[in-house]
Amino acid sequence: MTDRDHAVVPAVAVAGITKRFPGVVANDDISLTFNPGEIHVLLGENGAGKSTLIGILAGMQQPDAGEIRVGDRAVRLASPRDSLDRGIGTVFQHVLLVQSLTVVENLMLGGPWSSRLDRTSALARFRELCQVLAVTLDPDAQVGRLSLGEQQQVEIIRALWHGGRVLILDEPTSMLTPAGVRELGLVMARLRDQGVAIIFITHKLKEAYEFGDRISVLRLGRTVGEITKERLSAMSEQEATDEVIRLMFGPTATSEQGEADTMAHEGRRRRRTVVVDRAQPPFLLVRDLSIETRPGESALIDVSFDVWPGEILGIAGVDGNGQKQLAEALAGQRRTASGTVALRNTEITHLSVAARRELGLRYITDERLGEGTVAAHSVSTNLFLKEIGKPPFWWRGITRWDRIHSAARNKIATHDIRTPSERTPIGRLSGGNIQKSLLARELSTESGVVIFNKPTYGLDLHNIRSARARIRQGADAGLATIVISTELDELVELCDRIGVMYQGRLSGIVDNVEGAEIQIGLLMTGAEAA
Amino acid sequence: MTAQAASALQDEAPKPAVHAGLATAVRVLIPIVLALLVGAVVIFALGKDPLTYYGYVMRRGLLSPTGVQATITRMAPLLMISAGLIVAFRAGIWNLGVDGQFLLAAVVTAALAPALIDVVPGWLMILICLVVATLVGAAWSVVPAFLKARYGVNEIITTLMMTFLGIGLANVLVKIPFNDPTTTVPQTATLAVEDRLPRLFDTTIHSGVLIAIAAVLLVHLMMTRTAFGLKLQIVGANPRAAVHAGLNVSRLTFATFALSAGLVGLGGAIEVLGVWGTVRADWNPAFGLLVVPLVFLARFHGVAVIGFVLFFAVLMIGGESASRRLGVPTDFVLLLVGLLMVFLALVEYLDHRRRQATQA
Repeated sequence: MTDRDHAVVPAVAVAGITKRFPGVVANDDISLTFNPGEIHVLLGENGAGKSTLIGILAGMQQPDAGEIRVGDRAVRLASPRDSLDRGIGTVFQHVLLVQSLTVVENLMLGGPWSSRLDRTSALARFRELCQVLAVTLDPDAQVGRLSLGEQQQVEIIRALWHGGRVLILDEPTSMLTPAGVRELGLVMARLRDQGVAIIFITHKLKEAYEFGDRISVLRLGRTVGEITKERLSAMSEQEATDEVIRLMFGPTATSEQGEADTMAHEGRRRRRTVVVDRAQPPFLLVRDLSIETRPGESALIDVSFDVWPGEILGIAGVDGNGQKQLAEALAGQRRTASGTVALRNTEITHLSVAARRELGLRYITDERLGEGTVAAHSVSTNLFLKEIGKPPFWWRGITRWDRIHSAARNKIATHDIRTPSERTPIGRLSGGNIQKSLLARELSTESGVVIFNKPTYGLDLHNIRSARARIRQGADAGLATIVISTELDELVELCDRIGVMYQGRLSGIVDNVEGAEIQIGLLMTGAEAA
Repeated sequence: MTAQAASALQDEAPKPAVHAGLATAVRVLIPIVLALLVGAVVIFALGKDPLTYYGYVMRRGLLSPTGVQATITRMAPLLMISAGLIVAFRAGIWNLGVDGQFLLAAVVTAALAPALIDVVPGWLMILICLVVATLVGAAWSVVPAFLKARYGVNEIITTLMMTFLGIGLANVLVKIPFNDPTTTVPQTATLAVEDRLPRLFDTTIHSGVLIAIAAVLLVHLMMTRTAFGLKLQIVGANPRAAVHAGLNVSRLTFATFALSAGLVGLGGAIEVLGVWGTVRADWNPAFGLLVVPLVFLARFHGVAVIGFVLFFAVLMIGGESASRRLGVPTDFVLLLVGLLMVFLALVEYLDHRRRQATQA
């Protein structure tokens, strides 16, 4: 230490942090320093221990061993309050806002109980941060009515609310447009230059290289390597990528070659465009579709498109521009205000969810636990959730549990769902396994059109790969497929054509050819919107 | 990694039924014993002898022939209400308007039965009364059901408001249109004892008890073994998932309310046709909110609730006698139920903690 007396005092440092959970060591003797004025990227697969480390720094969890230093003092972060008081602001991967309060009310939470709420200055600060982030949010919208992406934007604003000395961002870019990601990069750079220590968690190597000053890699709860500021700035992007992949998957990572491959080539491989016979009538025909909207949510206005069998149509756009409304309107979960939807030659505009399903329409929701499954009920029940009352699993309304459980065991085996038993409540499974259960439920029986809403959101690389493979398989087998995603890379990898939603309208559909990203990026910001 | 997976699998594997049953029994018995012990301390503090009190309650509620008959008779309305509550609670609908539904159905039955008995044979009169009472109960839930299904209005509020209206309306009905002018206190015309629900064998227990037990068991089977019951459970557990799965949530909401309130209304008819034969003005047994904790203690389980209702009926009948004899107020019975809930929750919590700890 003596020879480095001139060195900066770290904003936060952890030394020997260990945290055990039943059956797993989430953090195993982790030591890291986060310096002020540095964007420090934490990389690692799901389960590498990033989230646990962040939970500890945010005061949500206590380490079993190890020391946390803020500035030059060892501290105990016993609660989120402690953490905030020491200037550590966190944006979590999962939204933590009061759903029933408005945006600005959420931001005003956490002040001293004795002081009056100062709405005027809160609004001013809100506008300022909205500008910094270049987002448009209604401060009086109820948070529960906002989309996940918009809620995350509110979270970023909240973490920046008090400035602070450390800003932790847990995969903050997954909901943003390419332009939004760049803007966030600028915001981070600006904050860094003001001396904030930024901890930036991502699984996208491109972002890590682009924004990071320093990269640390975690694997199975341990720090397995670090690329220092000096080394990183001397590396080319390719060198840095190779180095990180070597660290993440080990030098001889043969079994995980697929993951490394997915990661390295993320967004660089374009799907071969299948020849879709557009002389044939389209499988799904949507004309001038509009819905009635509730306050605070995006509208859906005059959307028209067609999908042919065997084709994958991507729907891009910043979250909250009507993608979810589109998916729900197509699935029949929302009433249509005007326009028509037709499946083959049958008009389905006013049919119920169940009737549309009968006709072969499948919707895989992005809210796996919110509406896709009933958490407290068994995997079996959830696998047959949309067939309740139908033979052969029900006979004259009587449930035949033995048949359901044995059919569920088959599905669990064929779809590689990792669950202790078919009777385990589905809420106890990991996100990836819940997603596999949804795919098993939706893709098993006769289907014609499948709508995927953010099919890989929150999954780790292995599950992302298998989910994308399933989508491709389905399309190759002749399904008309719609993939809604906020990750442009994903759409570029999967789709034949990509439509862009902006403020409730489909602002354009482009063929997925070389250079389509630029046009999509423009459409996402409404540049070409009518 | 594999060892963990294996132990996880073992943990999930179905345990032998006997072992599981024993564990459940212990989980229920410990809180009962603790509740009785703390209750004993309270009685002692009141200056009475707890052993005498409990002994008296047991004798009067369970061990004497008249006591046990009164206890079983008392179970009938409690079980009918339990059946109605299980349907609603399992479907995530908090029907707390039981008393209004019960009382209105009872009053209509009390008015209808003596009027019909001169016109139709006795069995038909009873059948008509049971059906009409069910419909009256169900009708009293239509407003909360509509508000819930159409506007998402919290049914706890609306059913409670409807129960006040129902109790008031029932009183008005007894005092004005259904009043029997030949009596001094306002009450409905009385149904002769021989026209009431037939007694079982040579006892004072009426056959409505059988209807009630059947109702609870059928409700249990419906909820656990039928498509309709599963749909109700899905709506209750996650309404958004129900919409997503294509269930008609608003129709299921109406059905739940109607079924729940209908069963409660049937309970009102059984109580009048089996025990009283008439309804007096201002009569309100207020069973509804007494049954709610029992249904929770039984975790909405149809068979378990029979046990808890029996336990509670013993305390009620025995406690009524004991209060007259020993001066311990009848409300003490409610204290025991409250203690029971606290200890049950505590045991549940500790068990949960223990299981989490052993998984580590």
